[in-house]
Amino acid sequence: MSTASLARSEYAPENRSWYKRNEIRVTPWLFLAPAILFFLVYVIIPIFQSFEISLFSWDGLGPREYIGTENYVELWDDPAFYTSLKNNLIWLILYLLAIPAGLFIALFLNQTVFGIRLYKSLFFFPFVISQVVVGLVFTWFYDPTFGLFNTIIGWVGLGPINVLGDPTYVTYGIIAAGLWPQTAYCMILYLTGLNAVDPEQIEAARLDGAKGWKMLWYVVVPQLKPATFIAFVVTIIGALRSFDLISVMTNGGPFGESRVLSFYMFEVALSEYGFRMGYGAAIAVVLFIIMLFFIAYFLYSMYRDERGR
Amino acid sequence: MRSILKASALALATSVALVSGAVAADKLSGEMKIFLDTSNPAPRATFEGVIAQFDEMHPDLKIETTIIDREAYKTQIRNFLTANPPDVATWYAGNRMLPYVTTGLFDDVSDLWTGELGEELASTKAAMTIDGKQWGIPYSYYQWGVYYRKDIFDELGLTVPTNWAEEKANCQKIVDSGRKCYTIGTKFLWTAAGWFDYLNLRTNGYEFHMELTAGKASWTDDRVKATMANWRELIDMGAFIDDHTAYSWQEAIPFMVDGQATAYLMGNFAVDAIKSAGLTNDQLDFYQFPLITEGIPMSEEAPTDTLHIPSGAANKEAARAFLKFVASPEVQTSMNASLGQLPVNNKSSVNTEDKFAKAGFEMLNNAYALAQFFDRDAPAEMAKVGMEGFQEFMVRPDNVDQILARLEKARERIYKD
Repeated sequence: MSTASLARSEYAPENRSWYKRNEIRVTPWLFLAPAILFFLVYVIIPIFQSFEISLFSWDGLGPREYIGTENYVELWDDPAFYTSLKNNLIWLILYLLAIPAGLFIALFLNQTVFGIRLYKSLFFFPFVISQVVVGLVFTWFYDPTFGLFNTIIGWVGLGPINVLGDPTYVTYGIIAAGLWPQTAYCMILYLTGLNAVDPEQIEAARLDGAKGWKMLWYVVVPQLKPATFIAFVVTIIGALRSFDLISVMTNGGPFGESRVLSFYMFEVALSEYGFRMGYGAAIAVVLFIIMLFFIAYFLYSMYRDERGR
Repeated sequence: MRSILKASALALATSVALVSGAVAADKLSGEMKIFLDTSNPAPRATFEGVIAQFDEMHPDLKIETTIIDREAYKTQIRNFLTANPPDVATWYAGNRMLPYVTTGLFDDVSDLWTGELGEELASTKAAMTIDGKQWGIPYSYYQWGVYYRKDIFDELGLTVPTNWAEEKANCQKIVDSGRKCYTIGTKFLWTAAGWFDYLNLRTNGYEFHMELTAGKASWTDDRVKATMANWRELIDMGAFIDDHTAYSWQEAIPFMVDGQATAYLMGNFAVDAIKSAGLTNDQLDFYQFPLITEGIPMSEEAPTDTLHIPSGAANKEAARAFLKFVASPEVQTSMNASLGQLPVNNKSSVNTEDKFAKAGFEMLNNAYALAQFFDRDAPAEMAKVGMEGFQEFMVRPDNVDQILARLEKARERIYKD
């Protein structure tokens, strides 16, 4: 500090603190710090811990025993794992039906008639109520003795079908229940998206003679791309974490036929009969890798969009 | 309900007052923490009464009771035993306590089992023993058996079956009358295990059943196949209600109440639920699961509820005194009268006005041996795989070989060490 000995001129800057000098660079990190801290503690570090635990045989109480990849080897020929994996795929594919369904309800509700706000909120209602309630309502709906579902199919001479007790129908039954709130969610996304559709483009298309499906497909849907993207993201994530409905409606049954990976993981590691933390962690790792594909794709397309601007 | 609770609490108070004179009140001091899973109204009131009396006997002891929801308790116990152990905790007998015994979380209480008390509790000693030591004290148990509609049996001219042939003949008549023999709800799996346990106990006997649940016998053994074949006879007959996979055990009760099904293989705790669903004492009765293989002594299911001292307990002296107190004949009598269950101490008496408790008490006293229940005799993992297999068998009996092969594979993995 050779300058210290010099007499300070009136115009020389004051001796500022380190923080003041670096304020612009430091402040964002300070604001981010709590979020980064909690994200590390609750998300990032547990991911690596799961990887670690999956290499052990551990009941959560006693000492851990290192067993290498044995948990994965066992997973490889565990029929319950494949049932869960298959159901996860069915969920992923069928859950996407919520997107077109939400779009058509949104188009239907996108008009100005008396009381439209009320209708919109009624359609949005299933998303507001808890998944547990949705599960219970559908359990009663499907009930083989007094359920509405069997009464209705009875009118056309079918049934009774024990939807939640029959291994062939059970997963589809639960997905149908899940689609109810998910469709409402997609609908609200599209309703906001439709507000942003450019009326001039519609008018121009109309002058060019576009109408009906062509108008929808070539003019409206492209403008809804941001809404579609978000709807796609939330639906995929919703399908992969479909835990509460299964837990409420069937508890994974009958004989484990409605399990998905997240539910199987819970059952193996944390439920009444589960004490296998290592095996549960191995399932979690597999689920994480599956999710990673989607996450990577979403991040990539977001990055591409950002750069395109 | 309220008046019954009050009356039983009163009965409890008087009998306990008698005991307190008899038992020499040791000087106990400090604090004692008790964790209970008795969250249902009747058990809750019962335990609160017992603890209040114990408190009165030991004025210097400060007792703190925590009651945790019964289902939540099953997962929470793992946490509080390691992190924040109480002095006394409720749990279950048999293999269900094994994880906590092997990890040293339960204290060895063999000293309480020596002498007179050990003889009085002899019927459950085997279920409380692991590695030749006892790890807790039982406070109550209850019988399993067939609860049936007496009025429908009378209407069809049926008598209580005592062997398998009579059982099937009865069932055929019930099916012919347009009803189902048995109601059951297998959504939560364990109800199907009740059927397996009884069929296996009656077909192959207690020793084989214990070998099987302890992993020492093979699931593809011909004896297991014989059990499944007997079960299948009932399934093929249409003995069980349709769509049972969709119901919990409570949801299966209405079928019995409105007469679509005539009987229910269940634990005694179902009586209260069935009666509050509308059946009277004249309509509902109880019989022992009938004999299947001639010459095999009758063993019964009697799940036992127990008290344990965690090894991290601070006041083990008070905890031991409390366990002794709960196990004493007088407390057992009054406590189980208000629980509607059976006392474990053989010097206690049973509430003679409760015909189900009376029948159960006689049956268990004459039993050759007592099994706990499939999910308490077998380790948790095996129980889960097994019960899933039983449920599948009840829906798809043709898959029996495949199911048993799967259970055998699970056995080889689970009992490996």
